[in-house]
Amino acid sequence: MSAVNSLARPRRAGRSANRRPGRRPERMWAYLMVAPMTIGLSVFYLWPIAQTFFYSFTKSGPFGGHAWIGTANYRALVDEPSVLQSVANTLFYAVVQLAGIPLAVLLAALLNQRGLRGRSIYRLVYFLPVVTMPVAVAMLWRWMYNGDYGLINQLLSIVGVRGPHWASDPSVALYAVAAIGIWMALGYNMVIFLAGLQGIPTMYYEAAAIDGAGPAKMFFRITVPLLSPSIFFATVLTVINSLQMFDLAYMMMSTPGAAAGTANPALPQVRTVSYLFYQKAFVEHDLGFGAAVAFVLLGFILAMTLIQFRLQRRWVHYA
Amino acid sequence: MRDGAMAGGRSTRRAGTAATHVVLIAGAVVMVGPFLWEVLTSLKTFSETTHLPLTFLPHRWQWSNYVRVFEQLPFRQMFLNTVLMAAGRTLAQLVFCSMAAYAFARMRFRGNNLLFGLFLSVLMVPSQLFLIPQYVIIQDLGWVNTLQGLIVPGMFSAFGTFLLRQFFLALPHDVEEAARLDGANAFQIFLRIALPLARPGLLALTILTVLWSWNDLMYPLVVTTDPSAMPLSAGLATLQGEHFTDYSLLMAGSIMATAPMIVAFVVLQRHFIQGIAFTGAKG
Repeated sequence: MSAVNSLARPRRAGRSANRRPGRRPERMWAYLMVAPMTIGLSVFYLWPIAQTFFYSFTKSGPFGGHAWIGTANYRALVDEPSVLQSVANTLFYAVVQLAGIPLAVLLAALLNQRGLRGRSIYRLVYFLPVVTMPVAVAMLWRWMYNGDYGLINQLLSIVGVRGPHWASDPSVALYAVAAIGIWMALGYNMVIFLAGLQGIPTMYYEAAAIDGAGPAKMFFRITVPLLSPSIFFATVLTVINSLQMFDLAYMMMSTPGAAAGTANPALPQVRTVSYLFYQKAFVEHDLGFGAAVAFVLLGFILAMTLIQFRLQRRWVHYA
Repeated sequence: MRDGAMAGGRSTRRAGTAATHVVLIAGAVVMVGPFLWEVLTSLKTFSETTHLPLTFLPHRWQWSNYVRVFEQLPFRQMFLNTVLMAAGRTLAQLVFCSMAAYAFARMRFRGNNLLFGLFLSVLMVPSQLFLIPQYVIIQDLGWVNTLQGLIVPGMFSAFGTFLLRQFFLALPHDVEEAARLDGANAFQIFLRIALPLARPGLLALTILTVLWSWNDLMYPLVVTTDPSAMPLSAGLATLQGEHFTDYSLLMAGSIMATAPMIVAFVVLQRHFIQGIAFTGAKG
């Protein structure tokens, strides 16, 4: 899903003009050099897309084999309430993740001030969760979210608030998971914006200062519009990644004493589409239904990305 | 928000800088606090972690928790699995991606556009669309719970090919032309001239592949069922579900599981940030 980046940035060196037409030995070398990757991608990625599509019209027997059942899996998608609920959960999660973007813009703008001391330390600290294994991050937060012994409720009790069981209370669990998501991605978005800010010429700010503009006005009138291509890029990426969220939900929902990923009371409110896919295909071994869910996910991602590219004309300024 | 933004006298500017640091430090506490709590929890006894009111510092520092991780979980084996999986995928990707990327960037052959388009389509599709058939293949080969099952599909990457192609496209042509006039063949030019010049790209691909292999959860969860065949991510996930509310043990385990990537990040900070942020690669 990373190709999006190339759309948000000007292309680097294009096709060279002085490249010669392929001579025979060169052509042979070219085929040899692309062969391993072509074979590998075909076997493990390209053909599987077609196979998944085929599976989505079948029901897999207990001893392998796939019986053609037409569109039954897709019709079952509509009937099963967990599907619609998981689509709603995923959408909600993705929308909440977008709240992290203004936060990251603000942090980047603060960090970008000339002569600021300790910039590289701040950047290191904010980026730390990006390189940390999501499984470990989720485990840590689940411990902090613990209703009885968690740090969060302990801190809340100081100010006299009695916190809920964050990871298992259906009314708050998805918010709790979404907060972890924002925390994990903050440094990543911030770094994208830092790079974008470096491309804004200082003279705009100097001119605005002469006209008597204050910091707030400069931020909203100069920084935000000129940063909008980076903001767009981060938004598209955040949505694509959020729509596929699995690790955090999986880790938050597993219960001690049972196999991972089973029955937390908040599961219906936290289960994402990707989680549902995993559960159907690999826990309940219903490959056909799982394949249909995977295509729901694909359609969902394509639709959301398309909508964003449509909307971009209204607010993204390309200098 | 640059210098000019703080116009209006030195004292205002100083107040502005102080306010900036207050905000940034508050943010930094939110980012580091959980990690600190993780370390402190890992050094407490089980009974201390579940005793109210919570203590901040451990009553007695339980370094033995770290030893217990090795005694109670197949941690050493999981760690080894993770290292071998990351190394195997990364080495293979460096070879296969760079060869294909160079051919796409510099060589002419029939069908190159079609092939490149197919590669790009892999990039556009979420990984859930490959996973079921990959699982079926791994199962048919009898590779469930094996190292090759963890490694092989990850040896190929459309993303890596695309990334390195960008690096090769940006290289100047002159040196390659000179080598060609000296009679070097296409593969020699790739190996001796283009590849060394593309080192920053190879480093970025290495960082991304290692990090991604180290942290990925769903794929290893699908192709391994036996804890001693799992990498750390799937292993920790399974263990949290199966045994424990013993968080001091879980925290000690996850600190050891994440430490290699964090240390690598601190050492190679600039390369990590460039590699991750500017390729848009994450998860």
